Amino acid sequence: MTPRDYRLNGTEGARAEQAGLASATWYASAIPRKRLKELMQRRNGPAIRDTLIWLGALIATGAWGYHAWGTWWAVPAFAAYGVLYGSACDSRWHECGHGTAFKTPWMNDVVYHLARFMVLRESTSWRWSHARHHTDTIIVGRDPEIAVPRPANLRNILLNFVYLPGGYSELRKTVIHATGRLPAGEETYIPEGERKSVCFTARIYVLIYLAFIAWAVAIRSFLPLMYVLLPSFYGAWLMIVFGLTQHAGLAEDVLDHRLNCRTVYMNPVLRFLYWNMNYHVEHHMYPMVPYHALPALHAELKADLPKPYPGLWAAYREIIPALLRQRKDPGYFVKRELPPSAPAMSLDAASVGQAG
Amino acid sequence: MSETWINACAPDDIAIEDVIRFDLGERSFAVYRTGPSAFHVTDGFCTHAHVHLADGFVMGTVIECPKHNGRFDCVTGKAIRKPACVDLVTYPVKVENGRVFFRLVE
Repeated sequence: MTPRDYRLNGTEGARAEQAGLASATWYASAIPRKRLKELMQRRNGPAIRDTLIWLGALIATGAWGYHAWGTWWAVPAFAAYGVLYGSACDSRWHECGHGTAFKTPWMNDVVYHLARFMVLRESTSWRWSHARHHTDTIIVGRDPEIAVPRPANLRNILLNFVYLPGGYSELRKTVIHATGRLPAGEETYIPEGERKSVCFTARIYVLIYLAFIAWAVAIRSFLPLMYVLLPSFYGAWLMIVFGLTQHAGLAEDVLDHRLNCRTVYMNPVLRFLYWNMNYHVEHHMYPMVPYHALPALHAELKADLPKPYPGLWAAYREIIPALLRQRKDPGYFVKRELPPSAPAMSLDAASVGQAG
Repeated sequence: MSETWINACAPDDIAIEDVIRFDLGERSFAVYRTGPSAFHVTDGFCTHAHVHLADGFVMGTVIECPKHNGRFDCVTGKAIRKPACVDLVTYPVKVENGRVFFRLVE
């Protein structure tokens, strides 16, 4: 099979449009409107509580790291700080970007920008990128957020556990944005009127990076960088562990989130760090439902969904062999088994490749 | 140009703080109820993407798109949250003889 062109300005975008896969209507499991309205209700309480715990833990582990600097105790201190900074931020920007975490809009905006800075992703351009991801989830040539194109680049995946290709790529894009330009492909989803805002935000990011680097140079210690910039790398591993479960190894070019997303059961600590994004099928199907209501939404929909994975181990027992096989056979993907009664969009109709 | 009052629904077809879909030929509209006797009509599809707003979430006089969480004021049609940037078309509404009508100018 010829490798596919994942670029947004390549040939696959036009193919997706011709095939009716762009901005298409997606399958949605039925749920009574009254119940959906209950689940969509916005509340400040859960997100304020969770944000205070998160920021409190960041301050506590950061202070521990400061006092332990120069001793071995700094290792666990910064390991914890790094995960809270470089991994937990990923679900925070995500939920606040949807505007669902808090009821009060400015609270969503504050946490969105803070968490976006932590993950080194310039906040304005990524708002548009993520909108496209929801419009055209894992549609080749349309979705800018396909984390694992086929065949999987295992070296990049492994290096991303310390955010090396990903973080470098984001820093590079931020510098390009700061000069007032857009990297190739971004012009397909960032409207003209938003480009000044992209440039402005990127310049703020660059100024903060430079300030911390200058501070570290001035005091001849990289301690300041342990708090800003470096934790986006050394603390990214859990973000990647979570993120790969979302879509890796599943079908491309299908209009049914049950076939290209995973729901994975996780313990309360992981769900706190991930803000319930382990209910990923449900999130994509009904993005208006806040993270704190996703377990309840799952309970409503699960009869119509593929069997959830009982844990991360079960998910990775599927993902790792699938990615290894895709290296030799890029057409291969994991075909999720739908409940017998559930109607589905035909995999054969649109998906390129062969199901496993 | 001709104007026509379109008979959309009965008031009780819509719960308070909710929205329903109304199709007329090739066109589609969203009919909102924001209070016991407060009704509004806009074009049915979000101006950002081809998603019907009747599947969205009404908060006061704000409608949130079900796909990307863009928001509009359903009274004025104004786009108030990105990715929605272009305002919605709104239509005059009246309630008469137990029915909700909106005016279409063609």
